[in-house]
Amino acid sequence: MKARSVVLIAAALVLLGGSLGYVLHARQRGGGQRLVAAESSFTLDEPGLYYRDTATGRVARSPGVPDGPSCVRFHAGGDRALCLRALPGTPARTQAVVYDRRFTELQTVTVPGIPNRARVSASGQLLSWTTFAVGDSYAAGTFSTRTSILDLRTGYLVKSVESIPLTVDGARYHAADVNYWGVNFAADDNRFYATVSTGGRTHLVEGDLRAWSARTLRDNVECPSLSPDGTRIAFKKKVSADPAAPWRLHVLELAGMREHPLAESRSVDDQAAWLDGETLGYALPAQEGKGTDVWSVPADGSGTPHLLVPGGSSPVTVPAASISPTTMRPRAEVDRARPDADVQPRGAEQARQLEVVDGRGDLVERGVARLDAEEGDEQGVGRTEDLLLGEVSLAAEDCAGSRSQPTKRQPNRWTRRNVTTPSVGRCGARALSM
Amino acid sequence: MYLATTGRRSDAPSRPAGTGRRVPGTVIALGTVSLVTDVSSEMVTAVLPLYLVLGLGLSPLQFGFLDGLFNGATALVRLLGGRLADHGGGRHRTVAGVGYLLSALSRLGLLLADGAAGGIAAALAADRLGKGVRTAPRDALISLSAPPESLGRAFGVHRAMDTTGALLGPLVAFAVLWATADAYDAVFAVSFATGLFGVLVLVLFVPAGTEPAAGTAAVAAAGSRPTGRRRNRALGDPVFRRVVTAAALLGAATIGDSFLYLLLQRGLDLPPLIFPLLPLGAAAGYLLLAVPAGRIADRTGRRIPFLCGHVALLAAYLTLMAPPGWPAAVLVLVLLAVFYAATDGVLMALAGPVLPLDGRASGLALLQTGQALARLVGAAGFGAAWTWCGPRPALAVAALALAAALVAAWRILPEREVS
Repeated sequence: MKARSVVLIAAALVLLGGSLGYVLHARQRGGGQRLVAAESSFTLDEPGLYYRDTATGRVARSPGVPDGPSCVRFHAGGDRALCLRALPGTPARTQAVVYDRRFTELQTVTVPGIPNRARVSASGQLLSWTTFAVGDSYAAGTFSTRTSILDLRTGYLVKSVESIPLTVDGARYHAADVNYWGVNFAADDNRFYATVSTGGRTHLVEGDLRAWSARTLRDNVECPSLSPDGTRIAFKKKVSADPAAPWRLHVLELAGMREHPLAESRSVDDQAAWLDGETLGYALPAQEGKGTDVWSVPADGSGTPHLLVPGGSSPVTVPAASISPTTMRPRAEVDRARPDADVQPRGAEQARQLEVVDGRGDLVERGVARLDAEEGDEQGVGRTEDLLLGEVSLAAEDCAGSRSQPTKRQPNRWTRRNVTTPSVGRCGARALSM
Repeated sequence: MYLATTGRRSDAPSRPAGTGRRVPGTVIALGTVSLVTDVSSEMVTAVLPLYLVLGLGLSPLQFGFLDGLFNGATALVRLLGGRLADHGGGRHRTVAGVGYLLSALSRLGLLLADGAAGGIAAALAADRLGKGVRTAPRDALISLSAPPESLGRAFGVHRAMDTTGALLGPLVAFAVLWATADAYDAVFAVSFATGLFGVLVLVLFVPAGTEPAAGTAAVAAAGSRPTGRRRNRALGDPVFRRVVTAAALLGAATIGDSFLYLLLQRGLDLPPLIFPLLPLGAAAGYLLLAVPAGRIADRTGRRIPFLCGHVALLAAYLTLMAPPGWPAAVLVLVLLAVFYAATDGVLMALAGPVLPLDGRASGLALLQTGQALARLVGAAGFGAAWTWCGPRPALAVAALALAAALVAAWRILPEREVS
C-alpha cells in the first residue's frame, strides 16, 4: 500500500509538473489572440474591401495593415459595423459589438455560443448575428444556432428570431428543432432572408419584420445573401452527402426562382458577400493548414474563382460615405415593436440613436444611448447633454463625457409614443428616432 | 482489500455488520478514477466545440458530424466491453483500464493532430471507444467489490464522485484557457496528464478484478449461486429480463433532459446565459442526493427508489405544465436530480446481484445499452410529438406514457431482489 502511494505521488508530481510546464509554455507563447480595439486611424470612411485578417484576428482594409478591432466575424453597412467576438473561456459566449464609422463602440450585446454569422443592412440600421450554440441540441451530434436581430431605429433587440411565426410550404409550422441562421436584410430595412433548418431540411425563408412573420420560399438554401439590386440571392446549396464537401455556391433569380451554380466548384461554407453587383466574395479554407482565404467569383456562373485576400475572412465592401444628417428617419416610424415578439420586455436594453449638435445645429457626433428599462440605467455613448426624450431626461456629466447618470426611470417603451424634440443648447442632442 | 470485498460474495455471513457500513476501498478507488477521468474528459468536452469551430474554423455541420459519428457505435462497443470483461473469468480491471487509457491517449491524439481533421476524428473515435468499453466492466467491478446489501450506497458514492469530476472539468478547462489566453492545446495537454493519472490510480489501487483468483472466484460464484442460473446468458434469466424490460419501458417514456431544459427556458424566458447553467444545477443536485438515495435503496430495496425516481420525473413533467415561474424551475431541477439519484446507480445496484459473477459485466452492458436505446427512442418520439402538436400536448402525452410505464414497471419489476 505504501509503495503504491509513493508511486502515485511521484507520478502525480511528474504529471502536474508536466502540465504546469506546458501551460506556462503556452502562456509564454501567447496562446490565443487577445481582444484589441481599433487604431484611431482606422475608420470606415475609406471605401474598399474590408476583411478579417486571420494572422492577427483583426479587421483590415485591403490593401493595408490590420488596424481594426479584433473580431471573429465582421460586417459593415451604412455607417455601422458589426463585430462578433468570442469571449475567452467556457461556456462559449459571443459579444456582438456595434461600431460607428470611427469604430467607437456604440452597443455591446453578449449572447451564448460561438460567433457564426454577422450582417448589417445596407442602411446600417438593422443588424443580425448568429451564434453556434453548444449544449442545447436535442439529440447528440446535432448543433443549434441562435440568431438575433437588432434594430437600431428602435433599439429593439430580438434575442432569438426562433419566435417568429413561421409558415413552411404554406402551412403554419411549429417544431422544437427550428434553427435560423445567416439573416440578410433587404434595402427596405424590413424584409429579410435567412436559412431555417428543421426536420433535417434547410429552407430559404423570407421574413417581414413589421408583420413579424416568416415563410419558406425554397428548399436546400443556406446562408442567403441578397444582391445589392435585390433581384438575386447567392447561397450555398447542399449538393453532396459527403461531409467533407457538401456545398456549392449558387445564385437564385428571385423573379422566376431559377438558380444556377457558380464557377466555384469547391465546397464553400460561408455566407457569400456581394462585393459589387456582379461579384461574390467568400472564405475558403487556406491551402496550407489553418485559417481561410478570401476568394471571389462572378455571380453569373461564368469565369473562374480568384484569390482575393490570402489569410482573410468576412469580406465586405464598404462604399464611400453617403450619410448626411438629412437622411435621418422621421419620428413617425417609431413604434413598430410587437409585444408578442421575443423582445425582452423586461430589462431590455434599448438603444436610442442620438445626434449631438452644436449651438448652430451642426452635427457634432452621433451616438446611441442605451436605456435599460429595468435597471433605470441610461448610458449615453457619445456626447450628450440635457437630452430630453419624452419623460426621460439624460444628463451627461459634461459635453465630452462618455457616460451619463441615470436620472429617471424609463417608462415602458411599448406604451410611450410621444417624443418631444429635445431642446438644443450649446452642446445638445436630439433624438433621431426612438 | 480484494479478498475481503470481492472474494466473499454470497458466502459472506461472517462479515460483521459494522464493516458493511463502510464503502469498500475498491469503490472509493473506482470513484477516484472516475472523478479524475471525468475532469479530464469534461475539460475537453467543454472546449472542443470552441476549438473546432473557432480555432480550426470547422463548420457546425462538420462539427456535428464529427461529434455524432461515433455516438451510435458506443452502444455496440459497450456490449463488446462487457463481453470481453467477463470472458475468461473476469478481466474487468484490464478492460476498464484499456478503456480509460484509450480516452487518455485520445487527448494526446488531439494534441498531435494539430488541427488535421482526420487526426481529430481518430482521436474522438478513440475517446468514444474507450468510454464505451470501460463503463460496463467498471460497474461490474463496483457491484463485485461491495457487499450486495450496501450496493446502492456504493453506486451512490461512485456516481457522486463521478459527477464531481464532471463539474470540476469545465472549471479546470476555464482556468487553463484563462491562464494561457485560449491555448486549446494546453487544455489537451492537461487533460492528457489528468487522464493518465486516472489510469494510474486504477492500476495501483483497484485490485485486478477476479484475475489473480479467477479460478476461485468463478468456481465460488458458480457453486454458490443460490438459484444456479445459467451463466453468460443474462437475458435467459427471467428476473434479469424483467429488470431490463422495466428499465427499457421507463426509458422509452423519458423525453430527454435537453427538452426539459428547453421547455424551462421557453416557459420562463430565461436569460440565454443562464441556460447552460441548468444542467449544472441538476448535476449539483444529483451529486448531493446520490449517496442518500443509495442508502435508502439499500434499506428499502432498490425497486421502490427506482420507481419513485421515475415518479419524480413524472412530477417534473407535470411541473412544467404548470404556470412557469422561478419556483417551478427550481422544482424541476430538484426533481430531475432526484430522478437521476434514485435511478442511475440504483438500477445497477438492482441488477448487479441478479447477474452471475462471470456474466455481470455483459449483463450490465446489456441493461445500460437497452436503457440508452429506449431513451433515444423516447427523445425522438417526444421531438416528433412536439413537432406534430406543440410542446404542451407533447408533454401531456409524455406524462401519460410515463405514468403507464410506471404502472407496468411496478408489475414487471421483481418484488424481492436476489442477493
